[in-house]
Amino acid sequence: MSYAKSTFRHPSLQPNQLGYDKRAYEGALSTLCAGCGHDSVGAAIVQACFEANIEPHKVAKISGIGCSSKTPAYFLGKSHGFNSVHGRMPSVATGANMANRDMIYLGVSGDGDTASIGFGQFAHVNRRNLNMLYLVENNGCYGLTKGQDSATTDVGSVSKKGQANPFTAIDLCATALEMGATFVARSFSGDKAQLVPLIKAALRHPGFAFIDVLSPCVTFNNTTTSTKSYDYVRDHVAATGAIDVIPMQQEITTDYQPGSSHEVTLHDGSVVHLYKGDVDLDVTCKVSAQEAIRRHQLEGAVLTGLLYMDPQSRDFHQMINSVKGPLRDLDEAALCPGQKALDAINASFR
Amino acid sequence: MRPSDIAHPEHFHKVVDCQYACPAHTPVPQYIRLIAQQRYSEAYLLNWESNVFPGVLGRTCDRPCEPACRRGRVEEQPVAICRLKRVAADFKDDIKAQLPTIPEQKNGKKVALVGAGPAALTVARDLAPLGYQLDIYDAQPKAGGFMRSQIPSFRLPEAVLDEEVGYILDMGPVTHFNHYVDSLQSLLAQDYDAIFVGSGAPRGRDLPNLPGRQQADADIHIGIDWLANVAFEHTTSIGEKVIVLGGGNTAMDCCRTARRLGGKDVKVLVRSPFDEMKASAWEKEDALHEDIPIIDNHVPTEFVLENGKLVGMRFDKVEAHYDSSGKRTLQPTGEQAFYPCDQVLVAIGQENAFPWIERDLGIEFDQWETPVVDATSFQSTLPRVFFGGDAAFGPKNVITAVAHGHQAAISIDLFCQGESVLQRPAPRTNLISQKMNIHDWTYDNGVAADLRFAVPLADKEQALNDRRLEVELGFDLATAYQEAERCLNCDVQTVFDAANCIECDACADVCPTSCINFTADGDEDDLRGRLNAPSSNRDQVLYIADGLKTGRIMAKDENVCLHCGLCAERCPTGAWDMQQFNYQVTKSAELLAVPLVPKQQRVG
Ligand SMILES: Cc1cc2nc3c(=O)[nH]c(=O)nc-3n(C[C@H](O)[C@H](O)[C@H](O)COP(=O)(O)OP(=O)(O)OC[C@H]3O[C@@H](n4cnc5c(N)ncnc54)[C@H](O)[C@@H]3O)c2cc1C
Ligand SMILES: Cc1ncc(C[n+]2csc(CCOP(=O)(O)OP(=O)(O)O)c2C)c(N)n1
Ligand code: SF4
Ligand code: SF4
Ligand code: SF4
Ligand SMILES: [Mg+2]
Repeated sequence: MSYAKSTFRHPSLQPNQLGYDKRAYEGALSTLCAGCGHDSVGAAIVQACFEANIEPHKVAKISGIGCSSKTPAYFLGKSHGFNSVHGRMPSVATGANMANRDMIYLGVSGDGDTASIGFGQFAHVNRRNLNMLYLVENNGCYGLTKGQDSATTDVGSVSKKGQANPFTAIDLCATALEMGATFVARSFSGDKAQLVPLIKAALRHPGFAFIDVLSPCVTFNNTTTSTKSYDYVRDHVAATGAIDVIPMQQEITTDYQPGSSHEVTLHDGSVVHLYKGDVDLDVTCKVSAQEAIRRHQLEGAVLTGLLYMDPQSRDFHQMINSVKGPLRDLDEAALCPGQKALDAINASFR
Repeated sequence: MRPSDIAHPEHFHKVVDCQYACPAHTPVPQYIRLIAQQRYSEAYLLNWESNVFPGVLGRTCDRPCEPACRRGRVEEQPVAICRLKRVAADFKDDIKAQLPTIPEQKNGKKVALVGAGPAALTVARDLAPLGYQLDIYDAQPKAGGFMRSQIPSFRLPEAVLDEEVGYILDMGPVTHFNHYVDSLQSLLAQDYDAIFVGSGAPRGRDLPNLPGRQQADADIHIGIDWLANVAFEHTTSIGEKVIVLGGGNTAMDCCRTARRLGGKDVKVLVRSPFDEMKASAWEKEDALHEDIPIIDNHVPTEFVLENGKLVGMRFDKVEAHYDSSGKRTLQPTGEQAFYPCDQVLVAIGQENAFPWIERDLGIEFDQWETPVVDATSFQSTLPRVFFGGDAAFGPKNVITAVAHGHQAAISIDLFCQGESVLQRPAPRTNLISQKMNIHDWTYDNGVAADLRFAVPLADKEQALNDRRLEVELGFDLATAYQEAERCLNCDVQTVFDAANCIECDACADVCPTSCINFTADGDEDDLRGRLNAPSSNRDQVLYIADGLKTGRIMAKDENVCLHCGLCAERCPTGAWDMQQFNYQVTKSAELLAVPLVPKQQRVG
């Protein structure tokens, strides 16, 4: 008997542009329940980082508490990681980001971790437009503590516990839009074709990028009466157009049918291509996004895909005009500018 | 694509690459597991049922299984399947008691076998337990055919051959050794219900028209005749300088034997480029290891004599050219070469010869003077005469002769019982789940990256001084265990049940070699072009299942599946299950008391 993953990989898989093979982006073998949506999200993160040619050691994974918050152990095993306290991932991410703005910050949380105990922190990290990807693996329950309803459980949804939820659900995307996120998307763990490009775009976005990923809990909330089950999500999903991210350095090789796609050029010159779907939505308009989310909610549908992005996003560092590089690069002269500088500061208060 | 018909016996059989490639379809992974469990006798018997000569084949088999082995696609080298077979033979206990008993009461049918090579001996073994009365005729003094007369004892010790031939002779066939059958007609005139011709491909090709051939006759030998003379000790020495012509395994045996009989400067000269020689890679290695140069791209043009005595050979040098379809021609470079020698061994191929079969008996012969034989039943155009082994379709190897023997035995039995030889018994197959418990499997599925172990060799000096000293020493048990653990257990199949699948992607995500896909249906070209991992090996099937809720299909490329079981391990609903697939070629008789196809048991 054995329960370990072989080190063999498909012999003809090619490495990415940096020369890393996919294994460099994988983590430990998952200990989650077999079939948990969170594992698919992890696989999507591996795929996205591999495809986006991100250096594993440039990533810091930060999480709170929950099955979802455990998942960073199962991907990007060669990256930095901090499994923090329940609902406190944003503070840790903020601190880290302040100290070293050159890293890529990947916050992983759950609906419990974010919408209940961490709701306050979540609001403020949105407001600050901290440069990070904040990804929620949303299963509409507290999986780790055996499936209690969470604050994203829809009214009337019945999990394995057997009781309909009476309380209004928090829509995390709507909240993020309201609180100031500059990139907002929703996706489904069972749709990697959509999720992988979203993660790639979000990692590239200069500011606070939020992705709410519906990620079923097979063990406690995959009942026929739950609105967060595999079947329910599949049956009720409506998607905005597919997206494609073209990094600035790269030539655009795909042919886009005129009129079929909408281009959003980012600060660094990268282009996000948005293929127009059936959904009436302007992704650069917050009001349009809020409306689309609401409209679908009323129709009983789950709107997925890129919902909003602000191409003019200015992240926290820009807003507060902080030091340009990582703090660890500051030498003694920069940290102790001397009597003259102090005199000048004092003079400015007189 | 059409969903896979997994109930078809050949569907999963193809996934067990080694077994599928083996002409006798030996259940390789099953015996390798038995070796890992130190159950050598059972491993031996499993082999014996399939291939009759495990000890012989464990040393000399052409091993078509090894190039097919999945391990060779995942990393560089296949499992040492052949040498593990030898381990079973070397370390078994006395298994005589477990061999089939032969009924005292005969069934009243009488069969003559011409030749006592592996093909005919297999027929005898498969028919004797049914009560057939068997007469074996061979021109040689002992049974074994080319296994005895051609394969040198430094590769196959006589004791090993005697033991396995003995198991069959002990079943009571009447043997007529030193008895060359010079007329099939006279045999047909006797009271035989059927005749099996397993006379091999006994004639070695010559170079009759090369200048000097006649004059130097005393110093030129046909390779296979010479090897037989060595085996039966009619020849005990050779000159110091020897040229061996040819690039097949016979040439390799000739040159290595020549080294042992006194040849100091032994060379092989071959027409084709080294990489395209017919000899197996390991046979070439063995020759090189014994300091025998192999000189390729040389076409012989003349035997050179001085004062009526052979002094060397002349060659044209050639170069291989390939046309757009890959067809090779050897074009002279204009250069010539001369190599001195005392004697020449001609090992440039063999052919069938049936001077003893009259052409008016109703046995049809084709334009190459080989009999017309049905490829499934091995029946000739004279219904009671059957052919098998090299005699049927030209020179092949021992395992092919054995595979023919099994099928011929079935035909002979059907024929003698008055049934149609076209009604062949289907192979026996079954599938048995291997999940014991959560995280608990009946087989060891931790696939580690271990490289193939080399077989130790006898000391070269000693080996070259004694043509009987076996060169390969075989694995010791510790090494055998480690080598056995390299087997991926390809017979433990990933069996998918779409009705249970919730499409959570757990299997696709965990699969180390990215075999599993959930995707939109398409034709094979289209699908292969867009799977998670490159899917260019078309010899390996796509396992397709439909019936998923989303209307997508499950497409699994079997090519580099490690059979690690992680897909089944991570599947929340048991839609994937690891099931041992047993495939047994049905024989004319039930040969073993122990059923080949086991119940689920804790192993490993
Ligand atoms: C040098 C050499 C090395 C080889 N090495 C290998 C090897 O390592 N591994 C491998 O798998 N294969 C090897 N082979 C091939 C292998 O030996 C044959 O393919 C195999 O033995 C064929 O079996 P068979 O039963 O058809 O006939 P054979 O083994 O050829 O047996 C035929 C028998 O019939 C007898 N016979 C023929 N005509 C008559 C007659 N009219 N009356 C009475 N008896 C007759 C012959 O004396 C002979 O004993 C080798 C062949 C050669 C030449
Ligand atoms: C401060 C604190 N309060 C409560 C808990 C108990 N607890 C652990 S995980 C969890 C909820 C996790 O839910 P979610 O973030 O949705 O993760 P999931 O397991 O569903 O992925 C709770 C309440 C805790 N660990 N720490
Ligand atoms: S309890 Fe639910 S969320 Fe947690 S690992 Fe199991 S399936 Fe996933
Ligand atoms: S890995 Fe084992 S079962 Fe698979 S082909 Fe090789 S020897 Fe056969
Ligand atoms: S057994 Fe399953 S997980 Fe393992 S390699 Fe094969 S398909 Fe992949
Ligand atoms: Mg949750």
